[in-house]
Amino acid sequence: MKKIFRLKDLDCANCAAKMERHIKKIDGVNDASVNFLTQKMTVDADEGRFEEIMDEVVRLCRKVEPDCVIVR
Amino acid sequence: MTAKHKRTLARIVLAGAFLIAATFVPAEGLWRLAAYAVPYFVIGWDVLWRSVENIAHGEIFDENFLMSVATIGAMATGEYAEGVAVMLFYQVGELCQSIAVGKSRRSIAALMDIRPEYANVLRDGELTETDPEEVAVGETIVIKPGERIPLDCVVLEGAGSVNTAAMTGESAPRDVEPGDRLISGTVNINSVLKARVESVYAQSTVARVLDMVENSAERKARTENFITKFARYYTPAVVFAAVALALIPPLAFARPWGVWVHRALAFLVVSCPCALVISVPLTFFAGLGGASKQGILVKGSNYLEALSHVDAVVFDKTGTLTEGAFRVTEIRPVGMEAEELLRLTAAAESFSTHPIARAIVDRAGDRETGDARVEELAGRGVRAVVDGHTVLAGNRRLMAENGIDLQEAETPGTAVYVSVDGAYAGELLIRDTVKEDAKPCVDGIHAQGVRVAMLTGDRRAAAEAVARELGIDETRSELMPEDKVSGLEAIMATARGAVAFVGDGINDAPVLMRADVGLAMGALGSDAAIEAADMVLMDDKPSRVPQAVRIARRTMKIVWQNILFALAVKLGMLVLIAVGYANMWLAVFADVGVALLAILNALRAMKTRGAA
Repeated sequence: MKKIFRLKDLDCANCAAKMERHIKKIDGVNDASVNFLTQKMTVDADEGRFEEIMDEVVRLCRKVEPDCVIVR
Repeated sequence: MTAKHKRTLARIVLAGAFLIAATFVPAEGLWRLAAYAVPYFVIGWDVLWRSVENIAHGEIFDENFLMSVATIGAMATGEYAEGVAVMLFYQVGELCQSIAVGKSRRSIAALMDIRPEYANVLRDGELTETDPEEVAVGETIVIKPGERIPLDCVVLEGAGSVNTAAMTGESAPRDVEPGDRLISGTVNINSVLKARVESVYAQSTVARVLDMVENSAERKARTENFITKFARYYTPAVVFAAVALALIPPLAFARPWGVWVHRALAFLVVSCPCALVISVPLTFFAGLGGASKQGILVKGSNYLEALSHVDAVVFDKTGTLTEGAFRVTEIRPVGMEAEELLRLTAAAESFSTHPIARAIVDRAGDRETGDARVEELAGRGVRAVVDGHTVLAGNRRLMAENGIDLQEAETPGTAVYVSVDGAYAGELLIRDTVKEDAKPCVDGIHAQGVRVAMLTGDRRAAAEAVARELGIDETRSELMPEDKVSGLEAIMATARGAVAFVGDGINDAPVLMRADVGLAMGALGSDAAIEAADMVLMDDKPSRVPQAVRIARRTMKIVWQNILFALAVKLGMLVLIAVGYANMWLAVFADVGVALLAILNALRAMKTRGAA
């Protein structure tokens, strides 16, 4: 399942690239992209575990960029 | 400025004041360090905290950590003021960068913002403001002056003008009246329109266009991927260089530790690839935004990149360079007035549905054509009795079978021969006319040193006449639809760069897909075209093609300017630091400066008006 999330206060392009790299490594994530310019994140992950995976995504993003909020 | 920006600004001012105060404190030793520690923590606590956090996560090459090491190192070597000031300038730089990027991002996004906010739906006699996504097909909506048309619909009541600029880049307003189709995303200018909804929001033109624009950033150009990859290796490389710089001269050549460690710390300040990482995608984004303002939608920056080194542009003929509709271009009467010949022929053809017959009837317009009894002769033409005269109109075979002598026409296109009461009366020449701005389009492409070719299923004479008129370099005619792909491939085989194909997207989807860059033209309202093409020209003007090439080239030029400028400054700084001509102060200034300049430069890609 593919879902698009809006990001708030994503401030640095390098962080966006880091977030993307980290999210792609999460188990169950097929593909992910973090777009700094449109402030959007696309996550393609296993449907059954989507919520669980998203929790992990949020945790990882907070680690990279604490100010950035993922609008779920 | 966001709340976060304001907080950072307050900290910068406060830390600046403390720093100035600290320079006047007459304390010595630890007390002096304490005086400088106050502004240092005011300005740097978040950077320090984040670096601790990131180290815990194993992120060593994190710019927060590197800045912390550089500034703490500076203070440890006794350069208190330098340590604080570098941290201060770093924060000033980050703040400026964040504000500049945020502003640019929003202004580019605004170019692409054609999303209708609401629809006024007429339900049970009452007007309600509703989310366009919740409106069903067949419902009636009301569009007030100045409002964006929320959904594709057909006008029921009211007449006025619609501004299609947001969708097509075309600034002349389009007049609409009951029965006309309204395209979502365009703006109603001056009247109240009542309309019936034709499609749900998800299927509407505006939703498709938005979808395309928003996904465009996903398909990244090679240059963009290169920068991302480069950034991953750049920071570690600079850090290792810094370590080498700190260790090798003192250990191997017995140089003083202090000097070299200090130089190594300055290295860390330039270790962030920020200027590159932000400015290259921003430039592409600005280019895509600027193009969409002109009604040129690009599905990804990779296509913009490909189009910038295009070597040949291949056009489909019918409907792309030509109107795709037949017109009477010449009337050559023999022994009667042209007007009379047209009148009789139009009367004879008035019941036929053949496109050529329609062209003749259209040319006659509202003229009184008179009564006619008509007999259609398949593959030949028509025989009719008009006002008591027997009129034959058709091809050469029809004339030959009726024993009528005619003069051979030596012009391209199709001729309709006419005889009246058994005597040859003349001919009407019918051609598909070339679009008004087809010639400027070809000239514009030539002006950029790009070849122009044409593929068509049309007869050789007709194709070559168009090619001569427009100055097209290479023509392949009489192609069956399936031959068009191989025709394109033949051109691609001889091209030194990319090959772009321009078609109307309706029957040349395979060719659009085969080309390096496929451009569909006149795509407003055509889903198939949006699907198959890499770039979509919303209106049907061929002159958008050279404009797209110019935008692509300009964008790539700015991308390379930014890459080379940022790399030159960074490498230059590293060399100057290593030989001792630059210190940490200069390093942080250079780093911040290059990022800001690159951002400003990136924004130039958005200004496409000059490229029109």
